[in-house]
Amino acid sequence: MAGAATSLHWHGDTASRYESRSATREAPWVKGLILGLSLSFFAVFLLLPLFAVFVEALRKGLETYWAALVEPDALAAIRLTLITAAIALPLNLVFGVAAAWAIAKFEFRGKELLTTLIDLPFSVSPVIAGLIYVLIFGAQGWFGPWLAGHDIQIVFAVPGIVLATVFVTFPFVARELIPLMQAQGREEEEAAVVLGANGWQTFWYVTLPNIKWGLLYGVILCNARAMGEFGAVSVVSGHIRGQTNTMPLHVEILYNEYNFAAAFAVASVLALLALVTLVIKSWVEWKAGQAQAATEA
Amino acid sequence: MARRGSFNVLPGFNLALGYTLVYLSLVVLIPLAAVFIKSSALSFGEFWEVVSAPRVVASYRVSFGLSLLAAAINTVFGLMLAWALVRYSFPGKKLVDALVDLPFALPTAVAGIALTALYAGNGWLGQYLEPLGIKVAFAPLGILVALIFIGLPFVVRTVQPILEDLDTELEEAAASLGAARGQTFRLVLLPILLPALMTGFALAFARAVGEYGSVIFIAGNLPFVSEITPLMIITKLEQYDYTGATAIAVVMLVLSFILLLVINLLQAWTARRTGRNR
Repeated sequence: MAGAATSLHWHGDTASRYESRSATREAPWVKGLILGLSLSFFAVFLLLPLFAVFVEALRKGLETYWAALVEPDALAAIRLTLITAAIALPLNLVFGVAAAWAIAKFEFRGKELLTTLIDLPFSVSPVIAGLIYVLIFGAQGWFGPWLAGHDIQIVFAVPGIVLATVFVTFPFVARELIPLMQAQGREEEEAAVVLGANGWQTFWYVTLPNIKWGLLYGVILCNARAMGEFGAVSVVSGHIRGQTNTMPLHVEILYNEYNFAAAFAVASVLALLALVTLVIKSWVEWKAGQAQAATEA
Repeated sequence: MARRGSFNVLPGFNLALGYTLVYLSLVVLIPLAAVFIKSSALSFGEFWEVVSAPRVVASYRVSFGLSLLAAAINTVFGLMLAWALVRYSFPGKKLVDALVDLPFALPTAVAGIALTALYAGNGWLGQYLEPLGIKVAFAPLGILVALIFIGLPFVVRTVQPILEDLDTELEEAAASLGAARGQTFRLVLLPILLPALMTGFALAFARAVGEYGSVIFIAGNLPFVSEITPLMIITKLEQYDYTGATAIAVVMLVLSFILLLVINLLQAWTARRTGRNR
């Protein structure tokens, strides 16, 4: 599946399998070279930027840091980010479950095409994701005159931000659930239906317990993207402080005003969110790995 | 799965598929179609004039050239990192494994300002690099650094599961037949890993071409030097040149669709060569 770079998968420890046999072991200097190069690369390109966010955020002391987070515009940005995620997440969750149910449990023509189309938003530049809603709802767009006549603003206002976020987070849950539910087959659900359960009972008591970790995994990744999206949201936002600024956009404004301490303070909250996302993600992978081991044992 | 034609007792097919199609059309397909419909207002000559303007062509060179380079660098180091994670034990391995996904979780704007702070003339790394004549921030090199950051997990996460599934017997057989370790890697392992490496490369490239947030802060955005193609769309939009923005978007979308097709083919190849479904 295109764009599927990370999926629910527990990496058990495999190293001992290779390190104990001479046929699958490298010379110490080769091992040292690979470890040294790859971990240095990791440290410079991934770890260092992460550290920089927190160091820059705290450079002017805790007081400045805290002040940057509780000023009204920052609070408004946090509120808008939470609202946006709170709308985009349930929409794409319901869609993801519906799409996975249709694709994984039934045979129909055009299934491959549908699966590819669901992945489409991942291969579209975020800037284009914003542009498409400007073309439809903007002043010169398809519905522009009608919306203006009814005094409804979508682009350069909150609805546009929500729409763009829904677009960029569209595939997350579906993409996680489709392969998972395909792998599980439909015997368990068939048994439930034959024994007299209705559709909702079957889904709620049979399917859901089987897919809960995959579902949670998709939701976590979807949430991280929804709260952190910049490009798409930047195109459709009016960039009005306190009104149409999400947290990433607020970071940009502060940064462009050379208010670096405040920009990094708000950025550090987003970085913390990213770290929490990775912790929950690892935990879900571990739980799913355990559940799988339990069924195989 | 070969159950075609068999009677399916499960309910909800029409509802689930109907909802999927309606939602997909409303959120993705119709809005994307808007780009193509809007661009059809231009004659081919006008369209060509926009997408072949020298400043726009310079932005293709920056975007595609640096995205290819970043994807290539990530393929080499991503393979090494995946190899280290699967085959070696070292302290902090769990942490490294979890943090590889950081670029997926960290908002791009945050990555952008953090990298700029590191590589600016007075930054942690920039203060040592600039006296050597290496200018990273506000130069094309800065774009490369940002694209490496966002692309790395794509390669690691496509190669890692393939490496984990490899049987040790293959390498043992090669060793017992007298192959040196380097030969085994080149002649036995690399051919197996090749489809996955190419998939990871294509995924990292596709992501890098469209990337905006992490790049614009560090790029400096000098016309003809460090402007990326997505920025050209934004620039046109800021000038209220909607048709111009749309024309460039069509070029990028067509490229995205081609890449999507290539990636699907590569993944099918990976599946055939390794017997994996994903």
